[in-house]
This record gives sequence, structure tokens and C-alpha cells, in this order.
Amino acid sequence: MLRKKLLTHDQHAILNAKDSLTKSALLQYVSVLVVGIGFGVVLTKSEVISWFRIQRMFRFEEAHVYLVMGSAIVVGAIGLWILKRLQLKSLQGETIKIKEKPFQKGIIFGGLTFGMGWAITGACPGPIYAQLGSGEFLALITFAGAWIGSYLYAYMRPYLPH
Amino acid sequence: MDWVFQPWPWYVSGPLIGLSVPALLLLAGKTLGVSSSFRHLCSIATPNAQLTYLRENLWRKEVWNLVFVLGILIGGWVATQFFGATVGGYLPDHYDTWGGGLLLLVGGMLVGFGARYADGCTSGHAIMGLANLRWPSLVATVSFFAGGLLMTALLGLFI
Repeated sequence: MLRKKLLTHDQHAILNAKDSLTKSALLQYVSVLVVGIGFGVVLTKSEVISWFRIQRMFRFEEAHVYLVMGSAIVVGAIGLWILKRLQLKSLQGETIKIKEKPFQKGIIFGGLTFGMGWAITGACPGPIYAQLGSGEFLALITFAGAWIGSYLYAYMRPYLPH
Repeated sequence: MDWVFQPWPWYVSGPLIGLSVPALLLLAGKTLGVSSSFRHLCSIATPNAQLTYLRENLWRKEVWNLVFVLGILIGGWVATQFFGATVGGYLPDHYDTWGGGLLLLVGGMLVGFGARYADGCTSGHAIMGLANLRWPSLVATVSFFAGGLLMTALLGLFI
């Protein structure tokens, strides 16, 4: 009798843990979706998803995109500094870990290639998605291209200097 | 409230974009980045791919990244529906031809290839990496702009 009770108690504990785990995972996805929506709204409303704005940036005719990116970096840096300083944890209760991207030659070669594509398409990856959402259907071509380009990288990776 | 429906100035939009860096870390423990979503899409589209880069990609652990880019897509729509952003018109008409479309496709390929080769794009390197004061991301950002300036000059010569 007692043993049965203990078992059910354990099962309850497991069930509860599972329940809170899925709840926390759901909350995590909802948060990511909300931040993503905000990110997309701001990209679109600031018009950094516009090919014309990117052209004017690369032609040094307008400071808008430089200022958007510059202020984003400054605010992001202050935010990170505060997170580190206060040793804040994520909503999931985990220590905040920032994914590091170590140096390799691809940062230069890939970076140059990426920049060339950026000047042609007027869109880096984030704006490609925002352009699609805002009803710019030509961006489907950019999207398809970026997909093919990622395959090309996957295929050529063993032969490229890193 | 009228300003909401106008294009947002840099001092509103830039800081908001910057806030997404700590917001993602705090709310979800995730590092801002967009272009790895293309790697995941490749892995999902060809689950039996023999290519190491796709086979060894644990995309099931990175589903959040796909949720994030889905959010960006929805955000583009939200901006047009509720914040007065124009529907379409973000690319010039000369891409709406066979030749222009081909150029756009090649441009997209350069973006996808380059972003994966550099292990990050404007969000992962220029915003996230620089906000984290990482020198490889500075090299990446300088390379992005060098490539962009070069192509802009080339296009100016040839078109």
C-alpha cells in the first residue's frame, strides 16, 4: 500500500516536472517568436530592408543604415554589459552563454562574398524574410538564391580554406 | 501617433534592433543570428544528405532559430498591416525581368554562400558580434562592407 502510494507520488513528480518543462519550452518559443516579430517590424519600418536604402548606403549618399546599425550595436553592447555585470540568468534559469564565432579565413572570404551579394540584392538574411512578409515577392528569388548558396557552401566546404 | 505610420528614424529603430540582443538572451538564452536558418532549412529539406555540414547539423536543437525567422517574416507583414509600411516596392523594377531576376538569384547565392562561409551575417556578426566586442566579427563586418563597396563600384561600371 505504502509502496504504491510512493510510486504514484514519484510519478506525480515526474509528470509535474515534464509539465513545467514543456511550459517553459513553450514560453521560450513564444518569446522568440515575439522578439522575431518585433525585429521584423523594426527592419521593415526603418526601411533597412529596402534595396534603395542599401544602395544609398554603399554609395555614401545617406547615413541612415549606418546610423541604424551603429546605434543598434551601441545599445546591444550596453545591454550585454548589463547582463554580464549583473550576471543575470535567462528566463529558463540558465546562465547566459553567448555563442562564440572564432576566427577562420572564411570570415574574410565569405564576408567579401556576402557583401557583394548584399549590394546586389539589397538584403541580408534578416531582411530577406522581412521583405517576403511585407509582400515583396521578388524576394522569393533572393530567398531561393540564398538557399542554393547555402547548399553550395555545404558542398564546397571540404575544399575551401578555413 | 502619426509618426508611427511614417518611416521610423534611426534613433528609434537602431536602439530597438539593439535591444533584441539582450532580449533574446534573457527571454530564451539564445544568441541573435539569422543566416544559420538557411543551414537548417537545407538539413530539413534533404534529411539524407551525405554532406558533413548538413548531416552533422543538429537542427532539432536549433528550432528556435526557425521560429525567430518566422517571426521576422510575420513582422514584415505586421508592419504593412498595422504600421503603415508600404506593401512591396523594396526592390527596384529592373529585377522584375529575366536578366534582372537572374542577377538577383546570383546575388542571393552570394549572400547565402558568404553568410555560411563567414559563419554569420549582419545580425550575427555586425550586430551581435560587435555588441559583444569580438574582433573576428569586426573583421567580418569590414569584409561585408568591402565586398559591398566593390560590387557597388562594379555595378556602377557595368550597368
